[in-house]
Amino acid sequence: MSSLEIKDLHVSIGEKEIIKGFSLTIGTGEVHALMGPNGTGKSTLSKAIAGHPDYTITGGDVLLDGKSILAMEPDERSRAGVFLAFQYPSEIPGVSIANFLRAAVQAHMGEGEELDATAYYKRLYQKMDLLKIDRKFTSRAVNEGFSGGEKKRCEILQMAMLEPKFALLDETDSGLDIDALRIVSDGVNQLRGANLGVLVITHYQRLLDYIVPDRVHVMWDGRIVKSGDKSIALELEAKGYDWVKQELARA
Amino acid sequence: MPDTDTLATEATTGNAVAGIDQSAGNFKYEEKHDFDAGTGLTARTVDYISSVKKEAPWIHDFRQQALKTFFAKPLPTHWATRDLENINFDKIRYYLSNGQKPKRTWEEVPDDIKRTFERLGIPEQERKFLAGVEAQFDSEAAYSNIKEAVSKQGVIFVNSTEGLREHPEIFRKWFGKVIPTGDNKFSALNSAVFSGGSFIYVPPGVKVSHPLQAYFRINAENFGQFERTLIIADEGAEVTYMEGCTAPKFTTTTLHSAVVELVALKGAKIQYITVQNWSSNVFNLVTKRGLAHEEAEIKWIDCNIGSRLTMKYPGVVLKGRKARGEVVSIALANDGQHQDTGAKMIHAADETTSNIVAKSISVGQGRSTYRGVVHIPAHLKGCKNNTECDALLINANSRTDTYPAITIRGSANNVQHEASVSKVSEEQIFYMRQRGLTEGQAMSLSVNGFINDLTRQFPMEYSVELKRLIDLEMEGSVG
Repeated sequence: MSSLEIKDLHVSIGEKEIIKGFSLTIGTGEVHALMGPNGTGKSTLSKAIAGHPDYTITGGDVLLDGKSILAMEPDERSRAGVFLAFQYPSEIPGVSIANFLRAAVQAHMGEGEELDATAYYKRLYQKMDLLKIDRKFTSRAVNEGFSGGEKKRCEILQMAMLEPKFALLDETDSGLDIDALRIVSDGVNQLRGANLGVLVITHYQRLLDYIVPDRVHVMWDGRIVKSGDKSIALELEAKGYDWVKQELARA
Repeated sequence: MPDTDTLATEATTGNAVAGIDQSAGNFKYEEKHDFDAGTGLTARTVDYISSVKKEAPWIHDFRQQALKTFFAKPLPTHWATRDLENINFDKIRYYLSNGQKPKRTWEEVPDDIKRTFERLGIPEQERKFLAGVEAQFDSEAAYSNIKEAVSKQGVIFVNSTEGLREHPEIFRKWFGKVIPTGDNKFSALNSAVFSGGSFIYVPPGVKVSHPLQAYFRINAENFGQFERTLIIADEGAEVTYMEGCTAPKFTTTTLHSAVVELVALKGAKIQYITVQNWSSNVFNLVTKRGLAHEEAEIKWIDCNIGSRLTMKYPGVVLKGRKARGEVVSIALANDGQHQDTGAKMIHAADETTSNIVAKSISVGQGRSTYRGVVHIPAHLKGCKNNTECDALLINANSRTDTYPAITIRGSANNVQHEASVSKVSEEQIFYMRQRGLTEGQAMSLSVNGFINDLTRQFPMEYSVELKRLIDLEMEGSVG
């Protein structure tokens, strides 16, 4: 079993501190949900873990199986097994999904190992079948002209192919209608298992109807202020984020 | 004027700082030059070249006239870059030869030349093709063999020296007709000292199934290469010619100044493909033009990577009714490099069409310029031109300029022009790195995606080679 341990993390953009002492440990086989209102630092957290250059870690640590990943380049973190499904994935004009994934899969292989094209396509098609993705999909340029649902599906397919130890799903439900939401959730549920730890970041409770988390954490002002089982999510849905605010004010 | 050596060294060092890996072209082998014209250029140099080549008097005269034109013409610095002034014509060697006759079979090719091909990484696929390849080693063709099937069709495919000697009646008729000696200073220079290059004649109605290929590279320090290529496709004939260049790295400035003339007679089709990777001290000043007769089609596919300065604007003169011209151009300018490329379309008959698609990539301090001419005079009817220029910038300090000169007179013609500039964003690079690609790999993928719709038009082995060149360039471009 692997673990992703976020210890008292502090993150700034420029001079402004966004993450203010965030701690959470996720093990493989677990699904955690991170909820919170907009602007509370959820996306910042995921990008900082992935090593985005705009975010400065000013304190704390992120450990993968006990070893700090903070000195690693973004691509090294990816190869070490940390996957980020982006809220707004970038377009890569002219590069097909099949070719992009091939480059990514090759990059994840060891030095001197050559990707076997036949085996690659076989595995790609297996994953696409699993996720109910049309074969024609992978000949399209990455995210170019994609609908919100297609973008998210493309992210999930990449996750399926790269088989990370830990996946951070950043607002995977944003911009999705209910059908797309179901398709994407089904995909995540297919990939859930003993070898994958997931952090689902979401603003709304509704995603958690489909991806049922083991633990739910509420984030407020750059840190976790409440943790529990999925009943917290339902409570949040009923009472709104003001409830957390009031609880905090009382504390 | 600053000393050429010092400047060239600076250019090379500049690249070393940026970490550009030019090692793919950075190798040299012992050379024996049985004939060497020394450095500098005088009437005696031209006499020497002509006598070594045992040329007919008319060609000797042609060279001497061209030399006078060369001396008389100013450098085109009034519109182009002043970097041209840094070429020191006295330090250049104008003729070198291995004293070899063109080889007939692959087995006869000297081992060191084979080794050079190997280091150039010519794919296995292409080595098989080498049976039909003409490859230039220094000035003369080290290998020249026409595939049997091709010669049986009556196709002539030899180097220009042999073409002049063996087929003067065809050669002389078209030589210097598409690009006159005085077209520009460098076409005049080439006309005076040209050596090597290909001569191809395809008889009426013959469709050459295999692309004819030639590899050129410069392999002597301070040595300019002035190949001259003339391709004639007779009525209804079709031919594709491919030219690839990888140059070794030098410490002194090198000049490459070729002239390529294409003639497509009625209903003929010529496609000319170039993939170049000059080292960053080469001045690459090439004049390429085709003459398309009635219903003929000429297409230039031109990829320029590397060099210190490239100035090249492949053109088509659309001379006959319904003639078609096309230029597909890809240029990549890395740190310290300037790609000044484009196209010329001269419409000279009714219902002629031309299409220009130019994509440029500027990396770091690299600069790319698109310069185009589309000329449609008032008396013509039913002419069409489509021009598309797209530029991709990799860093904030990269530079791109577009100078489309479109002169359309009259109203019976149709012209479209589109231009775009885009940037590889930090978000895009981060996205790819999150999937495990290094920064260099990510940039390389962006660049390859940008030109993907053009490379798809290339023969397979050339698009593979181009991708490899871009990978090498992008690997070196990250800090």
